[in-house]
Amino acid sequence: MNKERKVNITNETTWKETTPGGVIVDAGNAEDFKTGDWRAMRPVWYEDKCKHCLLCWVVCPDNSIKVEGGKLVGFDFDHCKGCGVCTKQCKFGALDFVPEE
Amino acid sequence: MAKRVSLSGNEAVAFGMKQINPDVVAAFPITPSTEVPQYFSQFVANGEVTTEFVPVESEHSAMSACIGAAAAGGRVMTATASAGLALMWEVLYVAASMRTPMVLAVTNRALSGPINIHNDHSDSMGARDSGWIQLYGENAQEAYDNLMQAVRIGEHPDVQLPVMVCYDGFITSHAVENLEMLDDADVKAFVGEERKAPFALIGQEPVSMGPLDLPNHYFEHKRLQAEAMKNAKKVILEVAAEYEKLTGRKYGFFEEYKMEDAEAAIVLINSSAGTAKTVVDALRAQGKKVGLIKVRVFRPFPVEEIAEALKNVKAVAIMDKVDGFNAAGGPLFNEVVSAMYGKADGKIVQNYIYGLGGRDVTTYNFEEVYSNLFNAIETGKYEVYNYIGVRE
Repeated sequence: MNKERKVNITNETTWKETTPGGVIVDAGNAEDFKTGDWRAMRPVWYEDKCKHCLLCWVVCPDNSIKVEGGKLVGFDFDHCKGCGVCTKQCKFGALDFVPEE
Repeated sequence: MAKRVSLSGNEAVAFGMKQINPDVVAAFPITPSTEVPQYFSQFVANGEVTTEFVPVESEHSAMSACIGAAAAGGRVMTATASAGLALMWEVLYVAASMRTPMVLAVTNRALSGPINIHNDHSDSMGARDSGWIQLYGENAQEAYDNLMQAVRIGEHPDVQLPVMVCYDGFITSHAVENLEMLDDADVKAFVGEERKAPFALIGQEPVSMGPLDLPNHYFEHKRLQAEAMKNAKKVILEVAAEYEKLTGRKYGFFEEYKMEDAEAAIVLINSSAGTAKTVVDALRAQGKKVGLIKVRVFRPFPVEEIAEALKNVKAVAIMDKVDGFNAAGGPLFNEVVSAMYGKADGKIVQNYIYGLGGRDVTTYNFEEVYSNLFNAIETGKYEVYNYIGVRE
């Protein structure tokens, strides 16, 4: 997580602190924008059925499949938009897709 | 050494652009602005400038290409008029809000309809709230001088806004006048060899520009844009002072002509000021206390300064070469009267719509306006919203 941004624009940033015309001076700052609350459906992981093939990680458009030591460990729900692509491609029934409560 | 030359307004602007040698010019021809890109494309073809000339397919594309080039950090110029400016409309706002400085020479021409190629101010006055700085010039000299200063004003780190340099179509754009041009070396020194962009799409520290701005951030960016326009007031005067040292020609927010003890004053914009000054001289010779204010900077509007300049008059006629169709008065009238509120109260104020679609504006028109003002002072009776020079 890179928080060392030159200009960290948040919902508290005032007009004096923001950049002219919304210039984005740092790369990779989509991380700062929590898109998790867009979600209507969420993926559910059944660890016992998971083969850790990590194809879910490959297809995730939001980099929201968390992997540690070559194994799936969970989801980044701050950024998962609930598109369901990971659950659709899982051939082992290890990923379910349920309505967000 | 500066040199005396005889040039049309469009030639003066095109030769000025050649001296500035911008990185990119993207333009589409439209009467009476056509000559500007036409002459400039010859300079490009002859290798007299190093500019990338982009002959686009429309003014919307011209402005879009200019924004892209300015976003890349380039020094950018273009020219248009009338319907061409109208076609740029959507992207004018983008140029201002993305804070991409550039210079746009506007050869003022009436907007359709009915279709008309001659001069009035409906084009640039329609764009007055697009976020651009607007400079107006009476003649070829002022168009040239404003062009030079516009580069510096727009590119100033505290401003970073695009600038329109407006001058009257045909009257100024095509009439040949004597003017003084700077030496190429002086222009280079004044505007700087190249633009120093504080942020750009390319370079050592590239940035992203023009992102989607939802309700969380749009308002803050607009507020910051408003601050840039406030900063422009100071910068305009600083640049003018520096330009005066170089040329001896003095520029401010507006020119005051025989206003010291004036009882009746006219406020207007651009070439008609020359005709009006002749009338001021003639009436002064008869002992009448008349004066004139010619507005040079319309955006930002010099609110305090214009109120101060009018605080001792008894009656003022604000003349618009465009109607705002609010059924009450033109844009200059609205701005001046709102500037006067609370600072120069109790005056007789009249608005005259004049010269639409290139209708000749004569000394008789100005004599009539001054006569009406004195009549209003005497009788207290007058109309606020008037048309002059139209067949009744």
